[in-house]
Amino acid sequence: MNTPSENVDQKRTETAWAPPTPRMKVGEMPAEARNINVDGRQPMSPLQGFGQMWQKTFKVRLSGVDKSPAEVMRVWKENFPSFQPPENRFYPSMAGIKPGEVLLIEAKVPPFAGMPSVLPVSTGVMVLYADDTSFTVMTPEGHPEAGWNTFSVYEEDGVLVAQCQSLCRPNDPLYDFFNRFMGASSQQDKIWIHVLDSVAGHFGVQSQVTTAKILVDPKVQWAYARNIWQNAAIRTMFYLLGAPLRWLRGKSRPRAKA
Amino acid sequence: MKANLTMSVRKANQNSSVIDIQGEINAFAENTLMDAYTQASSAGARNIILNFNGLEYMNSSGIGLLVTLLIRAKRQNQRLLAFGLTEHYQQIFELTRLNEAIVIYATEAAALAAVS
Repeated sequence: MNTPSENVDQKRTETAWAPPTPRMKVGEMPAEARNINVDGRQPMSPLQGFGQMWQKTFKVRLSGVDKSPAEVMRVWKENFPSFQPPENRFYPSMAGIKPGEVLLIEAKVPPFAGMPSVLPVSTGVMVLYADDTSFTVMTPEGHPEAGWNTFSVYEEDGVLVAQCQSLCRPNDPLYDFFNRFMGASSQQDKIWIHVLDSVAGHFGVQSQVTTAKILVDPKVQWAYARNIWQNAAIRTMFYLLGAPLRWLRGKSRPRAKA
Repeated sequence: MKANLTMSVRKANQNSSVIDIQGEINAFAENTLMDAYTQASSAGARNIILNFNGLEYMNSSGIGLLVTLLIRAKRQNQRLLAFGLTEHYQQIFELTRLNEAIVIYATEAAALAAVS
C-alpha cells in the first residue's frame, strides 16, 4: 500500500508529464498556424538527432522582483508567444502550456549568416513536462533541433533567476551545416536571449542575459542522416511552392450544392 | 535549493556496478549523479546499472541528466542499464525515447543476467 507522501508524489508526477504519446497530435489551432510538419510526427530526444549535442543555458537574474518562482512562471507561460521575437511566432493550443499540448511555430530564418530572416519554417513543439516553476518542450521529427528546451524560474542567493536550457543536437545534416557554417546556432541563441530579455522586461528588470554552452557529445550520428527526409524547412518550402497548384485545384473542383 | 537525493554505489560483479538511487532526480541532482557515476567507473565497471526502486520523483531536468550520463558512459565504452522503474516512469522513458538507449529490466537479477 502507498503511504500518503507516495500518493502525493504519484499525483505530482502524473499531472506534470505528458501522457504516453508515440506521435504528436495537434489540437485546435488558429487558421494562420500551418500544421504541416507536426501532426503525426514522433517526438525527438537529443539521442535521435544528427549533429553534435550541446547543452546551452541562458539565465537572467530578476533582481528586485518580489514574486515567487511560481508567480513568475505563471506569467511566463501565459505570455510565452508574446515573449518571442517577431520572426518566431508561437501558437499554443486552446489549452495553453499543459503537458501533452502542442504549440505550432511559424519561424523565419536567415538564408545566410548576417542576412535578414526571410525563409519560413513551419514546425512546432510538444509540452513534455510542466509544473509550477518550469516547463519543457520536446521537438518533433523535422524540427531544426532534436531535443528539449526547459524554461524554469528558481531562487539563487535570494534572487529570482529565469532560465532557458536546451539539450539538443541538429536534427539532420542540412540543419547541422546551417548551424556550423551559416549562423543558425547563433540565431537560435538570440531567440532565447530575446525571450529572457522579454521576461525580465515584463517585470521591469534590465539585466544581462548570461550564456553557458557545454558540448555534451562531439560526435555526429550518421545513422540519423536520414532524418533529412522529414526536414521541416524543405517541406515548408515545397508546401509554399505548391500553393498556386492547390489554389487551381480548389478552383476546378465542383462546388457542393447547398 | 538542494538535491533531495542520495546515491550509493556497489559492485555487483567484476564488470558491473549498481547505483542505488534514493530520492528525487531534478536539476540539482547533477553533482550527486556524476559523483556516483565516477565512483562506479573507478572500480572498472563496464556496465553501470541504475536502480530506480527508491526513486521518488523525476522531472524533465532529471531526464536530461540521464542523457548526459548516457553520453559519458558511451564515451567510456560502458553500457547503461536500468531496473526498478515504476510503470509511469517506464512510460516516461518511452515518451522521451530514452528506452532506445538505456535498456530497462524488471529486476536487478534480470539486468545482471543480461550483461553476464
